[in-house]
Amino acid sequence: MNAPHTPNTYRSGPDENGRFGMYGGRFVAETLMPLILELEQAYEAAKADPAYHAETAYGLKHYVGRPSPLYYAERLTEYFRDKAAASGLSGGAKIYLKREELNHTGSHKVNNVLGQILLARRMGKKRIIAETGAGQHGVATATLCARYGLECIVYMGAVDVARQAPNVFRMQMLGATVVPVESGTKTLKDAMNEALRDWVTNVADTFYCIGTVAGPHPYPAMVRDFQSIIGKETREQMQELEGRLPDSLIACIGGGSNAMGLFHPFLDDPSVEIYGVEAAGHGIPTGLHAASLTGGAPGVLHGNRTYLLMDADGQIKDAHSISAGLDYPGIGPEHSWLHDVGRVSYLSATDEEALEAFQLISKLEGIIPALESAHALARVAELAPKKPQDHLMVVNLSGRGDKDIPQVAEILAAR
Amino acid sequence: MTGMTRIQTRFAACAAEGRAALVTFVTAGDPDFETASAILHALPEAGADIIELGVPFTDPMADGIPVQLAGQRALKAGQTLKKTLAMVEAFRAAEHDTPIVLMGYYNPIYVYGVERFLSDAKAAGVDGLIVVDLPPEEDAELCLPALAAGVNFIRLATPTTDDKRLPKVLQNTSGFVYYVSMTGVTGGSIANYDAVGEAVARIKRHTDLPVAVGFGVKTAADAAAIAKGADGVVVGSSLVERVRLSLDAQGKATEKTVSAVTSLVAELAAGVRSAARAAA
Repeated sequence: MNAPHTPNTYRSGPDENGRFGMYGGRFVAETLMPLILELEQAYEAAKADPAYHAETAYGLKHYVGRPSPLYYAERLTEYFRDKAAASGLSGGAKIYLKREELNHTGSHKVNNVLGQILLARRMGKKRIIAETGAGQHGVATATLCARYGLECIVYMGAVDVARQAPNVFRMQMLGATVVPVESGTKTLKDAMNEALRDWVTNVADTFYCIGTVAGPHPYPAMVRDFQSIIGKETREQMQELEGRLPDSLIACIGGGSNAMGLFHPFLDDPSVEIYGVEAAGHGIPTGLHAASLTGGAPGVLHGNRTYLLMDADGQIKDAHSISAGLDYPGIGPEHSWLHDVGRVSYLSATDEEALEAFQLISKLEGIIPALESAHALARVAELAPKKPQDHLMVVNLSGRGDKDIPQVAEILAAR
Repeated sequence: MTGMTRIQTRFAACAAEGRAALVTFVTAGDPDFETASAILHALPEAGADIIELGVPFTDPMADGIPVQLAGQRALKAGQTLKKTLAMVEAFRAAEHDTPIVLMGYYNPIYVYGVERFLSDAKAAGVDGLIVVDLPPEEDAELCLPALAAGVNFIRLATPTTDDKRLPKVLQNTSGFVYYVSMTGVTGGSIANYDAVGEAVARIKRHTDLPVAVGFGVKTAADAAAIAKGADGVVVGSSLVERVRLSLDAQGKATEKTVSAVTSLVAELAAGVRSAARAAA
């Protein structure tokens, strides 16, 4: 592959064909093609309509509870400064947490779902379908469908239904129908296949609410736009708190929506270092991981070209992660492009490292993070001590860990 | 053959007999390479006019359960795109006239490498491609290179393809047009034969290519009903279900596997022949 040249801006994508460089696109069955073209038109019209912006802004403030705080994690900062000092270093970045876990429904997912549900209403769609892995996107979708009186069907791999029982119950309480997916490997990718099969069958009245920055154009760009509220607020809040831009951003990546939301408003600020953290599962060399960029190659799945975990025949491999929300063999196409052009550094964290970070943040800050977010925090442990004390580091605390407590308790009890 | 492709020649021959072509779908490598090869070799004599050979993929998002399971059986038995091309090559050495169309998803082809794939597929004797997740918007990926390489690219038209969009769908289509009878996945049921007939007539107003109808055709009676108004009838899910039902408790092929498929093909062929063709 040719080395891509440095663009004038990192924020202009996608092009009219839905491409970020070679990634993205519209790789869908003909039956769906008119639907995604209709969606693209409806989204463009909504973007130009002040009434739509006012409606989403109102919902974000009064229903979701935004803005989410940008919180100075003082004890965590001190902890890493002490660690730096112990190894003879004078550093230790000042760590801020972007508190997306305080949103209604407990994660960043709701930012996107609100935008899509309000769009579905504009389009006159009455039936909402969604896929979910850990259940956070499913819960957010079920919540907003309850709020707006829409029918909600959530596809969830049978394996995930078993390991995320509390979220299944939450969705049912909210009036959604949760369909356990028994096909393929019974995880998130199969849930997405099944949602696409539903959509291809129920074309007239159904809106597919995708939970991450992946899928056919316009989803990667649209979901990114909805999640960019995270980065926009961070910019303003840091300006207020410190009078300047942050020096680095860190977020976990499954499909990559919380990361893209934080990163995108900063892509053209060269002084800001940006790190995405993929799930390394049992470790990249074991092959049992969910790190598409670190351990995958470009391919085509679920409507877009992007880095995928697959074998030499192009068959998709299972992803492995302690975190159901990161357990996906692909990644949003814009991340693939940012990886190739080198604007964002993509790292990874193992199950074990995430588990350690999960406990550390709980004890030091009184915040129980989602296992997904704990992957980002795990890399902070390595990066923060190496940075000077005036380095401002923002970690996206994308979700809260209540849903993970039974799983973590079980793992720790077995030790 | 005077410059006509195998697909053109076959549709012309069926039309001359005053009937629709029977297009049979089986999955390459289902339930294993040897049995699938035996099925493939037996199809023309059983009455298949054109063969669609499914390329297994882990994530077949436009397929219903029968075709999903067929792909999983094939992958479990070690099928790869390379082996599928070898299967076609062996078939072509023995049978010159029956067209073979590979049907599947883009990723295995993309990973194989488009140029290398087209050259190997052409050499093996593949006549056409149906790639479900490549709409006209992505023609530069495979459709245009395939046409340049002399491999037909057969497009799906669906109930959601309206008159405004149809020309775009037909533009780079060659060989035939595959009309998907319903909004849904393979293996569903056709609710309204009249609507299908109207849709075929609508497509034929836009193109001279033959139009084959698939999705939801299961029995000889279904095939006969569709054959009245279409140039071809595609049957898939019920054939791969025949494979599944013939397997032993361990999921292995039995002596009945090949005949389970060919006996249904023979019934379908009779169904197609029983239908009086509507005046063209």
